[in-house]
Amino acid sequence: MAEIELSARGIGKTFGAFRALADVSLDIERGEFLTLLGPSGSGKTTLLMILAGFQAPSEGRLLSAGADVTARPAEARDFGMVFQGYALFPHMSVAANIAFPLRVRRLPARDINRRVAEMVARVGLAGHADKLPAKLSGGQQQRVALARALIFAPRVLLLDEPFSALDKSLREQMQVEVKRLHEETGTTFVFVTHDQSEALALSSRIAIFDHGRLLQIGHARQVYEQPANRFVAEFLGDINLFSLTDIAAADDGIGGRCEGGEVRLRPAAPIAGGRAILAVRPEHMTLAPLPGQNALPAVVERRTYLGASTRLDLRTPGGAALTLTLATHSLAGGPDRGQTVRVFWPEDRGFLLSDGA
Amino acid sequence: MRHAAAPLLLAPLLLLLGGAYVVPFLGVMRWSVTLPVPGFGQYVRLFTDPLVLSVFLRSFRICAIVTTLSVIAAYAICCIWVRGAPALRIIAEFCILVPFWISLLTRAFGWVALLSSRGLINTWLQAAGLIDEPLPLSQNEFAVILGMTHFLIPFAVFPLASAMRAVDERVLLAARGLGARRARIFWSVFVPMTRAGLIGATMLVFVFALGFFVTPAILGGGRSIMLAELVYVRIFQSPDWGLGAAISVVLVVLVGGLLALLFRLVRPAQLVGAR
Repeated sequence: MAEIELSARGIGKTFGAFRALADVSLDIERGEFLTLLGPSGSGKTTLLMILAGFQAPSEGRLLSAGADVTARPAEARDFGMVFQGYALFPHMSVAANIAFPLRVRRLPARDINRRVAEMVARVGLAGHADKLPAKLSGGQQQRVALARALIFAPRVLLLDEPFSALDKSLREQMQVEVKRLHEETGTTFVFVTHDQSEALALSSRIAIFDHGRLLQIGHARQVYEQPANRFVAEFLGDINLFSLTDIAAADDGIGGRCEGGEVRLRPAAPIAGGRAILAVRPEHMTLAPLPGQNALPAVVERRTYLGASTRLDLRTPGGAALTLTLATHSLAGGPDRGQTVRVFWPEDRGFLLSDGA
Repeated sequence: MRHAAAPLLLAPLLLLLGGAYVVPFLGVMRWSVTLPVPGFGQYVRLFTDPLVLSVFLRSFRICAIVTTLSVIAAYAICCIWVRGAPALRIIAEFCILVPFWISLLTRAFGWVALLSSRGLINTWLQAAGLIDEPLPLSQNEFAVILGMTHFLIPFAVFPLASAMRAVDERVLLAARGLGARRARIFWSVFVPMTRAGLIGATMLVFVFALGFFVTPAILGGGRSIMLAELVYVRIFQSPDWGLGAAISVVLVVLVGGLLALLFRLVRPAQLVGAR
């Protein structure tokens, strides 16, 4: 068990009649990269603001190394923070921005200069130290914000949707950069985003929020492959959902009826009741028949060329929509609109979600 | 609004400015070089006459003090107006707007009623037995500075409020998150970020103060004459139109220069709160 850096216990927050967060408990492990993921209004940013100390929770406690820090003001927490839109000091040069936390801590000027120079080089801003933030590109401003938040070696770095203003290629570049900084510094990172691919690419663990509730927390692979409910499954990427009836134990797994055919699967956990939702990620479905796999007939409704991959939108005779993403080269001359095909997936790639969720 | 007739909408204003200010001012300029004899003699006098020079110096000194006091007071009021608790905001707004509805003259006489030797303050202090002789609160520079500052604070408020509203709240949060305490955030982050407003407020108030007439005339008691009053005296009391005209021209050029400098440093829209 890793050491716990920060622990939220039953955190709740209400703004007037609006409940932004309800009974959130989670442990943040030392040195991990935890992403708070959810749609806008899910409470993820509110939780980050409470962790930072900019907002006080309406209920619950925040523990750091066993001590209750719920009431400790932001300026005394020693957490770095990177804001959406960077929030750089517009009147200070890059070097002065980065030096600010050290000046506040009254370090000797020589130490400050040395550490700022090191940090400027580390985030790739050499030659820009004397410029004002307004003279920098978005990506460079982002680096200044990261450098400023990391220079005082904070115990925790909080990042609030830091890449939302960047275009796609810059975003990916900055993701690599942030990941590198995380590995180099060993600081605990808590990252807020609404972008599921960003969350999967960066995090060691992901906490998924909706309507102020923590729905699931786990390793990226865990939440993607074993989502706790339908919301998590759908939020983390495309997914095909079918209703499954007549569920019964079968040899080495369970069986049931789906869209008029028999299917089998090997769920991680047993499911109660005779009905459930069968979920299969599009990348796990193919058109190439293999013995012993599940199969369903479906009609191609649309074929979309995406470059390396091609997306097929299909519909089963029972009326369920499903999507497949296949390598374009495997579909040379493949099915066109209106054609009926059989869709296959391995028994161990389907999972069950309770019907009510 | 892009329309061929759009410039026409400006016409009334331009006609008013031209008819009421530009044409008469050209007349004043002519006086300054023709009265009593043609030449630049009045301008030479302006820079050599010890009386005129002393009035210039006093005006600049008073204006500098008034500007400093008004801008500091306005900054404090603005902080409450823009960033204070809702109840305080309403009080601040009231304090800013009410003076605008009361005439300059009324306010000057209000100060006379408070400050004169038989005014409220001296009467109360004497009645309370704290002083024997009335304090010299009026008919002097102190009264002029007080009255002018009081009048000019609201003018400093608008550029400052505009600059303060433009400050991104997240930048202040960031400063806190990086470990800065309130005083540090105020002096190292907030004040520098409102620099444009400070420059605008300072120049605006200084320019206004330079042309003040009523307040110095009423509260100064003829002893703390400022430039506008000197012009008045030269035109209406001692028939010395040439010198009065020359002072006016210098004053207009000075104000024009300051305004030009101001608009180089800040966008005009920042001064009135537009964004």
